[in-house]
Amino acid sequence: MQTKNKSNGHGENLVAKDFATDQDVRWCPGCGDYSILKQIQTILPSINVPRENIVFISGIGCSSRFPYYMNTYGMHSIHGRAGAIVSGLKSVNPDLDIWMITGDGDSLSIGGNHLIHLLRRNFNVNIVLFNNQIYGLTKGQYSPTSPKGQVSKSTPFGSVDRPFNPITLALGSEGTFVARAIDRNPIHLREILSAAHDHNGASFIEIYQNCNVFNDGAFEEFTDKSLKDKNTLYLENGRPLLFDNESKGIVLDGFKPVIVDMDSYSPDDCWIHDDEDKIKASILAEFFDYTEERGNYLVLLEYFIKIRGIPMSRYSRIRSTFINLKEKLIWIHCSVVITSGKLNKA
Amino acid sequence: MKEPVDESRDEVVIHFAGDSGDGIQLTGGQFTETVELFGNDISTFPNFPAEIRAPIGTLAGVSGFQLKFGSVEVFTPGDMFDVLVVMNAAALKINLKNLKPGGIIIANTAGFDKKNLNLAKYIDGANPLIDHSLDNYQLHAIDITKMTREALKDFGLSVKEVDRCKNMFVLGYVYWMFSQTPDNTIKFIRNKFKKNTEIAEANIKALKTGYNFGDTNETFKTRFRIKAASLPKGKYRNINGNSALALALIAASHKNNLELFYASYPITPASDILHELSRHKNFGVKTYQAEDEIAAACAAIGASFGGSLAVTGSSGPGIALKGEALGLAVMLETPMVIINVQRGGPSTGLPTKTEQADLLQAIYGRNGEAPIPVLAASSPKDCFDVAYEACRIAVEHMTPVLVLSDGYVANGSEPWQFPESKDLKEFKVHRPTGDEFVDEQYLPYYRDENHVRPWVVPGMKGYTHRVGGLEKEANTGNVSYDGNNHELMVKTRAEKIEKIADFIPKQEINRGEAGADILILGWGSTFGAIETATKELIEEGLSVAHIQLKYLFPFPSNLGELLKTFDKVVVPEMNRGQLTKLIRDKFLIDAKSISKVKGLPFTVDEIKERVLKLREYADQK
Repeated sequence: MQTKNKSNGHGENLVAKDFATDQDVRWCPGCGDYSILKQIQTILPSINVPRENIVFISGIGCSSRFPYYMNTYGMHSIHGRAGAIVSGLKSVNPDLDIWMITGDGDSLSIGGNHLIHLLRRNFNVNIVLFNNQIYGLTKGQYSPTSPKGQVSKSTPFGSVDRPFNPITLALGSEGTFVARAIDRNPIHLREILSAAHDHNGASFIEIYQNCNVFNDGAFEEFTDKSLKDKNTLYLENGRPLLFDNESKGIVLDGFKPVIVDMDSYSPDDCWIHDDEDKIKASILAEFFDYTEERGNYLVLLEYFIKIRGIPMSRYSRIRSTFINLKEKLIWIHCSVVITSGKLNKA
Repeated sequence: MKEPVDESRDEVVIHFAGDSGDGIQLTGGQFTETVELFGNDISTFPNFPAEIRAPIGTLAGVSGFQLKFGSVEVFTPGDMFDVLVVMNAAALKINLKNLKPGGIIIANTAGFDKKNLNLAKYIDGANPLIDHSLDNYQLHAIDITKMTREALKDFGLSVKEVDRCKNMFVLGYVYWMFSQTPDNTIKFIRNKFKKNTEIAEANIKALKTGYNFGDTNETFKTRFRIKAASLPKGKYRNINGNSALALALIAASHKNNLELFYASYPITPASDILHELSRHKNFGVKTYQAEDEIAAACAAIGASFGGSLAVTGSSGPGIALKGEALGLAVMLETPMVIINVQRGGPSTGLPTKTEQADLLQAIYGRNGEAPIPVLAASSPKDCFDVAYEACRIAVEHMTPVLVLSDGYVANGSEPWQFPESKDLKEFKVHRPTGDEFVDEQYLPYYRDENHVRPWVVPGMKGYTHRVGGLEKEANTGNVSYDGNNHELMVKTRAEKIEKIADFIPKQEINRGEAGADILILGWGSTFGAIETATKELIEEGLSVAHIQLKYLFPFPSNLGELLKTFDKVVVPEMNRGQLTKLIRDKFLIDAKSISKVKGLPFTVDEIKERVLKLREYADQK
């Protein structure tokens, strides 16, 4: 086949800008999407996949314009359905490196069904969900992740709906790689994106992304210099859960995680993160962060879980994927309920 | 004992009816196979309730299987029955009106006890088998249940297991009646119950007992002989519409070295396509049972983007859900086939009954200007040709294509002389020629003279590009909100589909001559009834012709000219006149609708009567 445009791929020393297209990026100035675009363009030269084997598929929404800006194969599809398109494409060509770009409206509202089934089937694809807790492209309605009471165009007196937690949803959908990152920490974001790519199975990354026009400051607690250390904890496999410059830690009291002052505890007392332990991942996802109303809370970043299940790289493996996962993991019903949704600070 | 009189007939219509748990569909299927092996032409029509197990003995629970077989060419499963087999009172009550005067009733008397008569709502439990209300028919009242129990009493089976063999007794009896051998069914039973020889032998015993009962039963005066039909020589198999669709998709993918990807969500009456295809992994077929209808359509779009022959199948309600995705496929200009096995609508409607009311949905049912070619299958075996042709158009013209089938052709069956690989058309798959570049930039929407763009798939080096549902700039495919460009693109996409008319066969007349007084114009599954009606009307001396449309959008290029040669055009449809609307709109002729929406196919007589009535009405004017 004739090749006329710039060739690339293995060993051709591509750099980030080789993955940019000639199209003007049309996100609002200051949008968190720019950082995510940049970090993805930055890691692609190092993932060792020929450019023609990389595909970006998106649904509808601000985030979903993403494929137009990537000099790879791409499809900007219809609202919520990227996951279904990804499933079909991966089924017929398992060798492609597929990235699904989506948002909280796209994949948690109109396309929720496809997201859970994409995770369940565990195709070896990367799902990048930009969560800005608002509908941006339709100009500012509350989304399924907006906190209760959110004042938006469609909820002038504050929303009455309860938000849900994308991490819990992903774990409940039998996700085998479930992680959270934030637009304002590029180094960490790149690490997570690379780890997601390396995972053999469906990788789910929720990225907190600031919409500076319709929901500015939604994640300020985790980005503001004076607040972020107190409110964020980076999970690291095999390491104790410590944060706020290691002045605070988390210990397990039964099934209940409790924040303690490290003056009176040693790191050995703390919960050690195990990224293959699904039960712990579920507890972590349930106990932190998600509050109905916005307030002081802790957010966990980094991946919650990374299970080496058999990915559904080929469609015929769907059954074995299921069986393997089920054999490996036993679901224990968690009886602890946090009514306030807020962290119990010791 | 009186010797039975052999009666020779060209064709016979037999209808088996009983509870949906009585094994009626299996009995009908076996009888079909046997007469087909013997060499009769056949046409079948299974008609069953939507409930899997409706309450036993009720009118709602009656399942039927109708078969017409003959020594002459058979186009429909027949209007009125010659023979009606009923396992209970409800089955008789529902079907008696369609039995020819003087026809034969074979009734299981055990199904006419007080309870069954009440369930069938016979007033005060009046029993039609003894009250002389059936004196105009030849009644064979047999206690099939008792005789089966008697025959199997030494088998050590439970009463329930024994009773399940009674359909085999009936089948044996009917085999005798039509001078057919039970050998094929014996083979079938042995194979079906390989692991349970006791059950197998019990069923065979019941079958033989039924056959021998016919032989020795002195009341039975007539035995029918239907000679084999003189069909063209070749290899035949029995095929129903859904299997024919599935086989066509496999054939199209294999012949053209394309991988077949079929995505579907279970829905009556289309699910059998998924079942059939999922059995053929040996042909590299990938089947995908999606989480919903939308996902099935979108997965097919993904597979098409990935270079596969992508197909999704459903019925009306599912097609409604797929609508937005079909618009995307139009916008992307990617090849894909969408199958709609129509059923009674709207909404959930009549899931197990047939209808043709999704034609306008197929042609118009999307937002924006979103033309999609539409083809319709006219018989079970025609499903093969139509699905194969749909794949060809999709690939050669880079477009989604809709195939309309319906519950009648999907479940009905007929003998099919299957084609050989060498007889199948090869598709022209559009790959880039090298002309599609400007300044080393690949133009994904650079078109050939028929407005067709190349099919480039991820993994092809040097052609990376983006596609999407937003309006695109001509050639580059970049997002464009420019009004003039949008109008150009809308026109281009429409012209691309219109040009398909140049690549499909000209419309031919199925029966009769151009210029006849009356044209009966049909589409889809009405073929058999219209063809037979036309044949009979011509024999009766009327100037009538029949055209059955396969290509509904775009129409064949000569259709308008052809239609204008007829004085009157009448259009029988199982809807409220949807093709009639299209014909009036496109050709400005006064087409008349013959409408039926009862969940059942047209009978030949219905069409004849309505055509004659329209003629009289016109003459009076």
